[in-house]
Amino acid sequence: MFVFIIRRILQTIPVFLGVTIIVFSLMHLIPGDPAQIMAGESAPAEQVENIRERLGLNDPYPVQYWNYLSNVLQGDLGNSIRSGRDVTTEIGHRFWITVELAFYSIVLSVFLGLIAGIVSAVKQYSFRDVTLMLIALFGLSMPNFWLGLMLIQWFAIGLDVPSWIPFIDNTAWFKPSGWGSFQQIVLPVITLGTGGAAIIARMTRSSMLEVIDQDYIRTARAKGAKERVVIYRHALKNALIPVVTVVGLQFGGLLGGAVLTETVFAINGMGKLVIDAIQARDFPLVQGTVLVASLLFVLVNLIVDITYRYLNKRIDFN
Amino acid sequence: MANESQNFDNILEIKELQTSFFTEDVEIKAVDGVTFDLPKGKTVGIVGESGSGKSITSLSILRLIDRPGKIVGGEIIFKGENLLDKSNEEMRKIRGNQISMIFQEPMTSLNPTYTIGQQIGEAYKIHEGLNKAEARKKSIDMLKLVGIPSPEKRIDQYPHELSGGMRQRVMIAIALACNPDLLIADEPTTALDVTIQAQILELIKELQEKLDMSVLLITHDLGVVAETCDYVAVMYCGKIVEYTDVKTLFSNPQHPYTVGLINSLPSHEEDIEGDLPIIKGMVPNPTNLPSGCRFAPRCPYATELCNTLPELVTDDNNHQTRCWIYTDEWNGSTEVKTYAERNS
Ligand SMILES: Nc1ncnc2c1ncn2[C@@H]1O[C@H](COP(=O)(O)OP(=O)(O)OP(=O)(O)O)[C@@H](O)[C@H]1O
Ligand code: SF4
Ligand SMILES: [Mg+2]
Repeated sequence: MFVFIIRRILQTIPVFLGVTIIVFSLMHLIPGDPAQIMAGESAPAEQVENIRERLGLNDPYPVQYWNYLSNVLQGDLGNSIRSGRDVTTEIGHRFWITVELAFYSIVLSVFLGLIAGIVSAVKQYSFRDVTLMLIALFGLSMPNFWLGLMLIQWFAIGLDVPSWIPFIDNTAWFKPSGWGSFQQIVLPVITLGTGGAAIIARMTRSSMLEVIDQDYIRTARAKGAKERVVIYRHALKNALIPVVTVVGLQFGGLLGGAVLTETVFAINGMGKLVIDAIQARDFPLVQGTVLVASLLFVLVNLIVDITYRYLNKRIDFN
Repeated sequence: MANESQNFDNILEIKELQTSFFTEDVEIKAVDGVTFDLPKGKTVGIVGESGSGKSITSLSILRLIDRPGKIVGGEIIFKGENLLDKSNEEMRKIRGNQISMIFQEPMTSLNPTYTIGQQIGEAYKIHEGLNKAEARKKSIDMLKLVGIPSPEKRIDQYPHELSGGMRQRVMIAIALACNPDLLIADEPTTALDVTIQAQILELIKELQEKLDMSVLLITHDLGVVAETCDYVAVMYCGKIVEYTDVKTLFSNPQHPYTVGLINSLPSHEEDIEGDLPIIKGMVPNPTNLPSGCRFAPRCPYATELCNTLPELVTDDNNHQTRCWIYTDEWNGSTEVKTYAERNS
């Protein structure tokens, strides 16, 4: 296991290089002259030339990449064009806001998804199963910006209900924007976590159903194991193997969803930062955020692979 | 429970067991009125073609029938008590403790995510409340008993690191861990190489004597029956068609289906010469069984009488046969020879 972890960490090095190449190429893949685009269409020629010089755009590509890579390795992601500050400083605490949002959402998705999936599978085709899977389908088909807006409408602005209905009043329970307090965190986390919860619930259900029919589950029952032990010890551990992979893949979508969620809830995270940067054509900032997000994704997949390996004893990585 | 026919020399008495599967408005009677006894300390074999209900009979004994299946009737008397009257919790305490089971597929019958030791040890934790260290020690002893070399090393391995034969030995270790009174072995060697088959059967026999167990051995191999069993029940389409001791079965088979099975054994091919070489036709569709004798469409002796289901008839030597030929109604209307007569 230890050897596997070391090997797996070493494997991220080529992935990291690949990511930097792609992020570097972003600059050159967009049609037109990046310096011109950054400066704006009506910018005077010497200003464009100035930018080009500053960004080293006149050097040959390999040299440019080499400079870029060595800067990145030293933690220097360049300067924002708009503010002139370090990109790392710009990303700074916003990175942690997005990580927090993503983390809570994943925890919520996994928690709700696993429970719903197991409960459904154990009583296949029961009323409970059908209801849960309908909710999951609903959660899956709901665009998360829409869900976010609805949640704001219902729970942050307050419902316009007649005062004689008990328990529901017009008080806003949660805050519609910002990040930090519990009242601010709840709605965005639900918004971002719902889709994942639905996917994980469906995946867990089908995976559990498959595992429950396996011979070794019958062996466990024939041994006299309690039904609870059969489900949680024998079935779940095997059923989790494909679910873990899904959680890893989910994370990419989650980062995309974070961009929308942060916009809807006016959260000053990386998602909002990247949107603003794109609008301002702030290239180094876009590059920096994309790079950081990609590395986060690589890291999460590293963790997922290690968990997968821990659960699945059958794979032999030689 | 005070039943006159109840005999405490029998560890297990199955009476009119009915297990059905309910699918899309049809009831598939997988086990349809099965009755037989298993004398204490003996080995009873159940033979029959694929789909005859052997596995469902054995799973019914442990009450491990899953939806859409259900035990719909009968009695399973184990050590004088009807298992069908037990609560789920009582039943759970019997499984793996007093009655154990091993299955046909050693490759898939062990949980791939737990070590051998964890899987054997679990039985001790469940039924004897042993702690980890005690369970581990007893598990190693068990691995030794079933003939697994270097058990101290094997115990920490995962199933995929073991061969099929070794896994079946591990299954036997799990089954016998808590010293059961009855071992149900559902085709324990079918998935294994011929040499390994013999070893596993030998092991079961040896441990049966050592641990004083009764064994219910399910197989479709009459060769295995001849070598291992004391009594044999022949099953066809969810019913027992013949039950007798193993010597009588081969020397004087009565039911035409049994005769056909014995005739199709390789060693019999030359001495029969064209006379009933193998059973013609196919096993009927379980959703559409003949209303009379289930074997009638394939039986060379079938008459009109056979449109009604024959009863299981017991002769003086406790040889039971479900066939009209052995009843008074038959009247000798057709010339019938038993297998023994034919060969004399
Ligand atoms: N899950 C199920 N759903 C519907 N019918 C079933 C199911 N399981 C078993 N049956 C029915 O029960 C019959 C008996 O099955 P069983 O597994 O006992 O056969 P078997 O004698 O053990 O055969 P084999 O030698 O192939 O193991 C089958 O023919 C089938 O019609
Ligand atoms: S009852 Fe009739 S059909 Fe059935 S086995 Fe006997 S002779 Fe053949
Ligand atoms: Mg079977």
